[in-house]
Amino acid sequence: MTELKLTDVGKTYGGTVEVLKDINLDISTGELVVFVGPSGCGKSTLLRMIAGLERITAGALEIDGVLVNDIPPAQRGIAMVFQSYALYPHMTVYDNMAFALRIARKKDDEVRAAVTAAADKLQLSGLLDRLPKELSGGQRQRVAIGRSIVRDPKVYLFDEPLSNLDAALRVATRIEIAQLKEAMPDSTMIYVTHDQVEAMTLASRIVVLAGGGIAQVGAPLTLYERPENEFVAQFIGSPKMNLLPGRIVQTGQQTAVELDGGGRAVSDYPSNAAMQDSPVNIGVRPEDFVAAGEGAHIFSGEVNITEALGEVTLLYYTPVGGADPVIAKLQGIHPDMKHRRVALTADPSKVHVFRNGVSLLYPEGRNITVQPH
Amino acid sequence: MHPVLQGMITVVLGVGICIGYFYFSNQFLDKVLYPARGPNAGRNINRANMIRPWLFMGPAIFVLALYLVYPVLATLWFSLTDRDQGGAFVGLANYRQMAAEPKFLEAIRNNMLWLVVVPAMSTAFGLLAAQLTDRISWGNVAKSIIFMPMAISFVGASVIWKLIYDTRPAGADQIGVLNAIWTALGGAPQTWLTIEPWNNFLLMVVLIWIQTGFAMVILSAALRGIPEETVEAAIVDGANPFQIFFKIKVPQIMPTIVVVWTTITLVVLKVFDIVLAMTNGQWGTQVLANYMYDRMFRAFDWGVGSASAIVIMLLVTPILVWNVRNARREMR
Amino acid sequence: MDNIAGRKSGLTWAVHIAVVLLVILWLFPTAGLFVSSFRTGDQISGSGWWAAFSTQQRNEPAVRVGGDEVQQGGRFVLQGDLFPNRDMTIKAWGTSSRDVEAYEPGATADLGDGVTLTLDEGGTFTLAGPESFEGQRLPRVFATASSPPEFTLANYENVLFSGTAGAGVGQSFINTATVAIPSTVIPILIAAFAAYALAWMDFPGRALLVAAVVALLVVPLQLALIPLLQIHNVIGIGKTYMGTWAAHTAFGMPLAIYLLRNYMVGLPRDIIENARVDGATDFQIFVKIILPLSFPALASFAIFQFLWTWNDLLVALVFLGTDDERLVLTGRLVNLLGSRGGDWEILATSAFVSIAVPLAVFFAMQRYLVRGLLAGSVK
Repeated sequence: MTELKLTDVGKTYGGTVEVLKDINLDISTGELVVFVGPSGCGKSTLLRMIAGLERITAGALEIDGVLVNDIPPAQRGIAMVFQSYALYPHMTVYDNMAFALRIARKKDDEVRAAVTAAADKLQLSGLLDRLPKELSGGQRQRVAIGRSIVRDPKVYLFDEPLSNLDAALRVATRIEIAQLKEAMPDSTMIYVTHDQVEAMTLASRIVVLAGGGIAQVGAPLTLYERPENEFVAQFIGSPKMNLLPGRIVQTGQQTAVELDGGGRAVSDYPSNAAMQDSPVNIGVRPEDFVAAGEGAHIFSGEVNITEALGEVTLLYYTPVGGADPVIAKLQGIHPDMKHRRVALTADPSKVHVFRNGVSLLYPEGRNITVQPH
Repeated sequence: MHPVLQGMITVVLGVGICIGYFYFSNQFLDKVLYPARGPNAGRNINRANMIRPWLFMGPAIFVLALYLVYPVLATLWFSLTDRDQGGAFVGLANYRQMAAEPKFLEAIRNNMLWLVVVPAMSTAFGLLAAQLTDRISWGNVAKSIIFMPMAISFVGASVIWKLIYDTRPAGADQIGVLNAIWTALGGAPQTWLTIEPWNNFLLMVVLIWIQTGFAMVILSAALRGIPEETVEAAIVDGANPFQIFFKIKVPQIMPTIVVVWTTITLVVLKVFDIVLAMTNGQWGTQVLANYMYDRMFRAFDWGVGSASAIVIMLLVTPILVWNVRNARREMR
Repeated sequence: MDNIAGRKSGLTWAVHIAVVLLVILWLFPTAGLFVSSFRTGDQISGSGWWAAFSTQQRNEPAVRVGGDEVQQGGRFVLQGDLFPNRDMTIKAWGTSSRDVEAYEPGATADLGDGVTLTLDEGGTFTLAGPESFEGQRLPRVFATASSPPEFTLANYENVLFSGTAGAGVGQSFINTATVAIPSTVIPILIAAFAAYALAWMDFPGRALLVAAVVALLVVPLQLALIPLLQIHNVIGIGKTYMGTWAAHTAFGMPLAIYLLRNYMVGLPRDIIENARVDGATDFQIFVKIILPLSFPALASFAIFQFLWTWNDLLVALVFLGTDDERLVLTGRLVNLLGSRGGDWEILATSAFVSIAVPLAVFFAMQRYLVRGLLAGSVK
């Protein structure tokens, strides 16, 4: 069942500055959808439009089949957890959690029951009489979440909820959110972050936003294994995917590409005869490269810098022209590769081919161009 | 009815009416005029939200328009008319008449003097006090004491300083400090407030005494806002404390100094109580605000009185423009 | 900076001394008023207030001895205290203005015709002669006496509670409070609502209105006097408390809106949006979130407005008038300066009565005052 449906949604500021356009998205009950993208891509704006904190200037937003474009936030059946938690500093934890219910004129015992239940779920029972300033960062975060649980909304909205926590607490809270989601399988959540680890670990589906539109929607591993375009390919994964220019020399079930740098790559991506000789970029993730030895290689060059991390070794090649340096992540320790020529190759199943910026797997796909910041 | 009772009733009624107005006008807007339900709910909410700001600001705008904007225009009009001729338009006649009065010229001259001396001295003393008190352990106590005159009325301060300028006949013990010191140094007792033009400076001292605390508080906050690293860098570079103060600290708080200066300038332009209480403009100490009061409420010459009020307004205008420009830049 | 190596301590001493001087300079005038208000009129006009703490030696005005005589061993004796009710020590005395320090205390002066006069340290005199003093001119005594520091509350009693001598200062105190309190409370709410709209609501013309408030901040209220008095007279509140409250409310409005808006703009946007998501209306957000969180700014403005209305002279003179029963403290002081400029015990006490309340507010709420000043002028 579709819980939340966006149709051709757009946002224009002051009639001229268009920050979002043609957003089409269906979110089903029980999903945890993560909006991710570079800063300024409009992911927070989109969330705030769903919340009702920003006016929708084009298209339609439906929740549970009802058009809610002009419905105020409180009547949309959503709850939101803000980046700064936005706890009311002059109210106790209990009053913070009870605020929305009291505004809605719920009976006192009803309020008490809801707050107590949420507090139990989040281990906040002992803290109900405290003021926000007497809580630790993680506790404040839990109160912010508890405040939304109390309202029993159809959709939970999270706006970068972990970015104010330190690294250790962030991991712990991330796991807590994952457990919370598991405990409430019927609740729908939309989660905005710029951290792809959060996106990959929490999401049932990821929405990558870029350049005012959706770059790709899909399960985390789909985005990793079958990126629709070069933007998503490079945005997901770290270090980012290497892109190497070349020409298609053989089409069919498998595609062969002769690279401008002299190597040759074979990909499991299918291609048709019309594509013969067309210029493409092949994409290989650093972790998919393996040392080629004496055989055929995709890339060969002089290693400029090595970073030994123990479990893996990162090779940074000397950049050619103005291109980004090629990076390879090899398993194990390789102490003697610096300043040597090392040839690389990859399994055909790991070689991505992008024509005009779009993967050959998605004939209908759109190219995404992002203005550099 | 007893005024105290009346006052208490006014407090309760005033607060009640305010809350009642805001509450019921919002209720009316949301429940009756544009209810947030039915087929037009969305459009109604938007409309209600267009009107709401004006509900919130209504009373304030009304009060400001009636009590500040209208009077400025009305005063401008009065200054161009003659009340004795039934309010006939007389052009600049009032201004011409005013410009010919020696008391007005004296007021202008004195005001200029005030405008230079008081802001300069208050800011200088304030800066000195801020810099010195920030460096000692009992600085906060010292600050409190220097800041204290801010709470004292201009009239109260005038009484305080009149005691200092008091004169007793020669031979008797002087009870004014100034004469006590003066006679101890071998001088004859003086009636200080009648000695032109120095009496002007004696009046200015009162305002400087009051305003220094204000300057100190603000400049002290600014001094503490200076990045410590710049001072430490200067120490490492070998600057002595005076060089640090004048070459590192003062330039960094220059914007604040300007704000303090202009704020005190505004106070000076409106200074009235001190002159009224200490000399009432006699012995060559007239200033614009007291001159205006004199024309308006003692001579009942509304034309000239309003003309002098407009002169004060004109003197304030540059600061007004500057403030507004700053505020607008901040809004962006 | 106290940890820096090789720093000389001489400069630190100079700083301490300079601050002590500044503090003395700033405290001295008020201290003079304060001390004077506890001295009698004679003391104030006899010596500077700084001498009030030391034992003073001075020439008393001549006093003629007097009392009932008794016959004692054939002589007529008259005994009494030269300075009843006063605690003083006589250092020297005389019976002629030409030589006021002719005798030591306890010595006996021969006044001729067998008449003798003795005066001891405590002021007790004994006049003795062979004939009755009935119908005679009794001698005058010039005494040089030293009196210990002496302070009295009589001035306050006089000024506050007695009708004539205080010339209505007590009444004026009540009048000032009657003006100041409603004038402080009323503008706060009106301004707070407007400030919220200017800070957190989006509507065309907002920037213009903020600029207008900044402009009105500096408009001299002198310009408003005559047109407003006209309006007040037309609607029947000329020269009443009602008119004064209205005027103070309006004149305080620009500062109130400016201060409160600046403060409210700084409140976290997330909190307000969260309240909106929680279903609060603008009115509820204002009452339940904004007002409690803006308490420091409200307090700052309240202090400003209270000090300003309590200390104001011009608005009260114009809108309340100069009638005796409505005169405020500042107006009363100006009158006293004119009519009783020499009666320092009354002036000093009245002045101290008028500044006592603002000073108390100042010392109790200094923190908020400073915060308000910084918010109001530093950008």
